[in-house]
Amino acid sequence: MGYSALSLMGHAFRGNTQWPTLIAAPDMRTIYDIVIIGGGGHGLATAHYLAKIYGLTNIAVCEAGWIGGGNTARNTTIVRSDYLLNGSFALKHFALKLWEDLTQDLDFNIMYEPRGYIDLAHSDGELEQFELRANAMRLRGADAQILDRSALKARIPLLSLDMDKRFPVSGALFQPAGGVVRHDAVAWGFARKASQAGIHIFQNCPVTGFDISDGVLQGVQTAKGHITCKQALISVAGESSAVAGLAGINLPLNSINVQACVTEPVKPALDAVVNYNVGLSYLSQTAKGEFVLGGATDGYASFARRGSFERIEDVLARAVQMFPFLSRLRLMRHWSGTADITADGNAIVGQTPVSGLMINSGWGYAGFKATPAVGHQLAELLATGILPDLIAPFALDRFALGAEQDDAGIGPYPWLH
Amino acid sequence: MLLIPCPYCGLRDESEFVYGGPARALPDMDAQTPEAQHSLYRPINPRGPLRELWYHSGGCECWITLTRNTITHEFEDDLS
Ligand SMILES: Cc1cc2nc3c(=O)[nH]c(=O)nc-3n(C[C@H](O)[C@H](O)[C@H](O)COP(=O)(O)OP(=O)(O)OC[C@H]3O[C@@H](n4cnc5c(N)ncnc54)[C@H](O)[C@@H]3O)c2cc1C
Ligand SMILES: [Zn+2]
Repeated sequence: MGYSALSLMGHAFRGNTQWPTLIAAPDMRTIYDIVIIGGGGHGLATAHYLAKIYGLTNIAVCEAGWIGGGNTARNTTIVRSDYLLNGSFALKHFALKLWEDLTQDLDFNIMYEPRGYIDLAHSDGELEQFELRANAMRLRGADAQILDRSALKARIPLLSLDMDKRFPVSGALFQPAGGVVRHDAVAWGFARKASQAGIHIFQNCPVTGFDISDGVLQGVQTAKGHITCKQALISVAGESSAVAGLAGINLPLNSINVQACVTEPVKPALDAVVNYNVGLSYLSQTAKGEFVLGGATDGYASFARRGSFERIEDVLARAVQMFPFLSRLRLMRHWSGTADITADGNAIVGQTPVSGLMINSGWGYAGFKATPAVGHQLAELLATGILPDLIAPFALDRFALGAEQDDAGIGPYPWLH
Repeated sequence: MLLIPCPYCGLRDESEFVYGGPARALPDMDAQTPEAQHSLYRPINPRGPLRELWYHSGGCECWITLTRNTITHEFEDDLS
């Protein structure tokens, strides 16, 4: 079942016509120990670590659409851990450590490329704030550097450093371990490994209701039948309000459209991820040569999952400020995903008021980077019943307790995060 | 791209507006903590019609309340 140079060659000789499907198609049982709702990266990573670390395999993953059809394969593939708050940093930094070995762990090439993440500052004041963040990262054991304009010129020769711009670049925060990971491979790799371990994955199988009695979970309703289970995890990104609502849980979040786009492919020109901070626009170049661009959310509530020119124009105008040559490239495709954005801009992970029902939501436009760490920690919670330290700061009850995790200090306005 | 029906200025481009989020009832100034929390964090996230606030910063500078469908992006208010 494993991949090797020999198996690659063998399949090449047979014209690549006999590759086995990545995941099995089992019949659904009526009882499972755990049901994972949502077959995105987070749900599938949780399944994988439940099998790998705790040997638990009587588990069903129910996915409404297809594996990797959600935000996992719609994102711009950036991973980094340059966060100020301890809680935000620690979880994403643990994820960076896991990304390093994940290709070997899954026997599936997820193409983690630590090309470096470069966050541009546009004033001396902003650069000072970046130094604060860099120092906080160093204190917690991460490598972070401040690049001045000449260091930036040496690292990213094509970046425009002209001073006659409205928002000239004054320097940058550089995290060498930041970079990109091939997002579909993450969904497929986790799914394949979980399936090989004996976990059942069902596609086209939305969860439509919960059985709860006296505040204790008894089972879930799915399109393929009823499942009796003691524990379930909701991990459905943009649909979090709707699915948690089926269990009577109100999550403090709004669903907002986030867009991304790619240019036509060209020769290698950029070997880092670069982020422009006035209004947000970021880009990286794929292995195929396309530039992938993303930016801020559309800013208003939406489940439409379709792009709008307003934001694309915005993102491209800023990208051209960084790299003027981009103006001569054609845009090939653009798409969007529904991001679940909470009242403090940070995730909601852990227990819910319903005993046995766990939640993982609120990752918005920034949760891909955390995928393996979230799965690892949720597996611990589901297997042992003990809330792991790394996810404790993201409990749902933090809003009632006034313990918000607001990295940007924006306040309880999801559409502004 | 949204064309937003401002009751004062007519159909105007989305870029002229600042979004103010779902329209919600504000708590009394001396409300008890649970009520104050509830009004801050009460989730309003429907798939479908949503009453929401927009600030027409690039036009009449009024805060307006409109109903928009979050799946189709169509406004339900008409200007006639
Ligand atoms: C355009 C864009 C760019 C982004 N860029 C980045 C980035 O560069 N870096 C980063 O870290 N993050 C980024 N993100 C965020 C990141 O993609 C998400 O936070 C992350 O992928 C969420 O993973 P998930 O597994 O929770 O969600 P998903 O992959 O969306 O999985 C949730 C799944 O639940 C399923 N589902 C829904 N309802 C039901 C139901 N009733 N029953 C069963 N299943 C259901 C859905 O079909 C879906 O497959 C971006 C997001 C977008 C939209
Ligand atoms: Zn107006």
